[in-house]
Amino acid sequence: MKERENAVILSQERIAQGIYSMWLKTKAAAEARPGQFISMYTNDGSKLLPRPISICEIDKEAGALRVVYRVTGENTGTELFSKMQAGDVVPVIGPLGNSFPYEKGEGKRVFLMGGGIGVPPILELAKQMNCEKKQIVVGYRDAETFLRKEFEQNGEVYISTEDGSVGTKGNVMDAIRENGLEADVIYACGPTPMLRAIKSYAEENGIECYISLEERMACGIGACLACVCKSKEKDHHSNVNNKRICKDGPVFLSTEVEI
Amino acid sequence: MNMRVNIAGVEWKNPVTVASGTFGSGAEFADYVDLNKLGAVTTKGVANVPWEGNPTPRVAETYGGMMNAVGLQNPGIDVFCERDIPFLRQYDTKIIVNVCGRSEEDYCEVVERLAGEDVDMLEINISCPNVKEGGIAFGQNPKAAEDITRAVKKYAKQPVIMKLSPNVTSIAEMAKAVEAGGADAVSLINTITGMKIDINRKTFVLANKTGGVSGPAIHPIAVRMVYEAANAVKIPVIGMGGIASAEDAIEMILAGASAISVGTANFHDPGVSAKIVDGIEKYMEHQGFESVADMVGIVR
Repeated sequence: MKERENAVILSQERIAQGIYSMWLKTKAAAEARPGQFISMYTNDGSKLLPRPISICEIDKEAGALRVVYRVTGENTGTELFSKMQAGDVVPVIGPLGNSFPYEKGEGKRVFLMGGGIGVPPILELAKQMNCEKKQIVVGYRDAETFLRKEFEQNGEVYISTEDGSVGTKGNVMDAIRENGLEADVIYACGPTPMLRAIKSYAEENGIECYISLEERMACGIGACLACVCKSKEKDHHSNVNNKRICKDGPVFLSTEVEI
Repeated sequence: MNMRVNIAGVEWKNPVTVASGTFGSGAEFADYVDLNKLGAVTTKGVANVPWEGNPTPRVAETYGGMMNAVGLQNPGIDVFCERDIPFLRQYDTKIIVNVCGRSEEDYCEVVERLAGEDVDMLEINISCPNVKEGGIAFGQNPKAAEDITRAVKKYAKQPVIMKLSPNVTSIAEMAKAVEAGGADAVSLINTITGMKIDINRKTFVLANKTGGVSGPAIHPIAVRMVYEAANAVKIPVIGMGGIASAEDAIEMILAGASAISVGTANFHDPGVSAKIVDGIEKYMEHQGFESVADMVGIVR
């Protein structure tokens, strides 16, 4: 039987403006795969719902997970997390959701694309990805290109920034065009407009593409039907054109869903 | 000591069930709770045909609670009967099927279909605030509530629980109306209609604009309404609304609930419903209660 577990914070640091990195000692590490998430609960009784946070790195030997998250505002759950320190306890469940099917990229040229707070889950994927040509394309707002060093140890890195301070000015699609990059398989996580652009690029060029979606969740385990997305075909479970992002996703083949 | 309760002729092993819509049909929660520990599982609302539900965002957190406007997405009664009933029958727990509809005919069609199925009780949802037709329309007018109760009772082979809305002037009057229509039990409260606005985006947080508020923040309202309903009718009351601990559950029972449902708290801790069963048992032991019935409605 699974249960809500009190994970212990091993370390926490601020790695960019409003972006924090936390290592958690948790049983969830044993089964975790890239692209999955954990539900993190605050210790504040007025904030009931879990915060779904994507897994950035997995250390099975240490039984630890790294999460990199953005503080979404004042008096938010993520702000509470950011104030916690090593030794503090965070209730969690997980790992939850499916994962990036990295085996599909074996022997192929791949894009691993992340934008904004969709960048962190791309790191563990990059670490586990065994492919012919690993092109990591990550987009940031400005020169605070968090996780860049880790990415550089795991593949060819192309960066885009909205303000043009590092790499290509613009978004990840601009970076692909500017560098004349090509891929056979795409994996992406980021804001919906970015995923929409990647999805249509992939479909126009007949490229197999996996996108990780996000939506407000309540249960995180597939029961409450809060976090659905539109599916092209009638979904087997829901019997309507809705898929559950927390359970059937968060990673979908781009042609399965409408965003 | 006896944890068993008898709700309209159906014996539950303990007074704890889960609130419709917070637990699916149990399959996802079965990883976190031994369903054999629950008195009953109340399933997410099911209609005669599949419903797509509302656009997203469908949920938002509020202080000490949440809002939802899922809009009763469901796979329809056929899939429910083929997949969910056999799943739940593997467990030693009662099955309460929550039924939703857009019209009297819709409700009756589902109830008639379930007459031949191996389920224990029906809960008729006349109180969902998040769908345009049906739902709450039947639950805010005593005459309409009485009529729909009478209509479904004609087709029902299992005891009928009418699920009441708190968005009414007098919950006692609504409870009496469905009792007059032949209801075997009432359950309350469904969610309280609310609204949340994103001040930065200057728009509604939920795509549906309004949603149902639930969670610990509404618990005192639910206790008051359970008390009023229990004192107005002779049929059993199933109490729900913000129950997050055994203490909350016991409060509801002392106010007059013969059984209770755990709802939003399942999202805070997926294992909480079984912990509440244990907590009630401990309280009874400590306080010297021989049976749950001895506690029901003793605060007057």
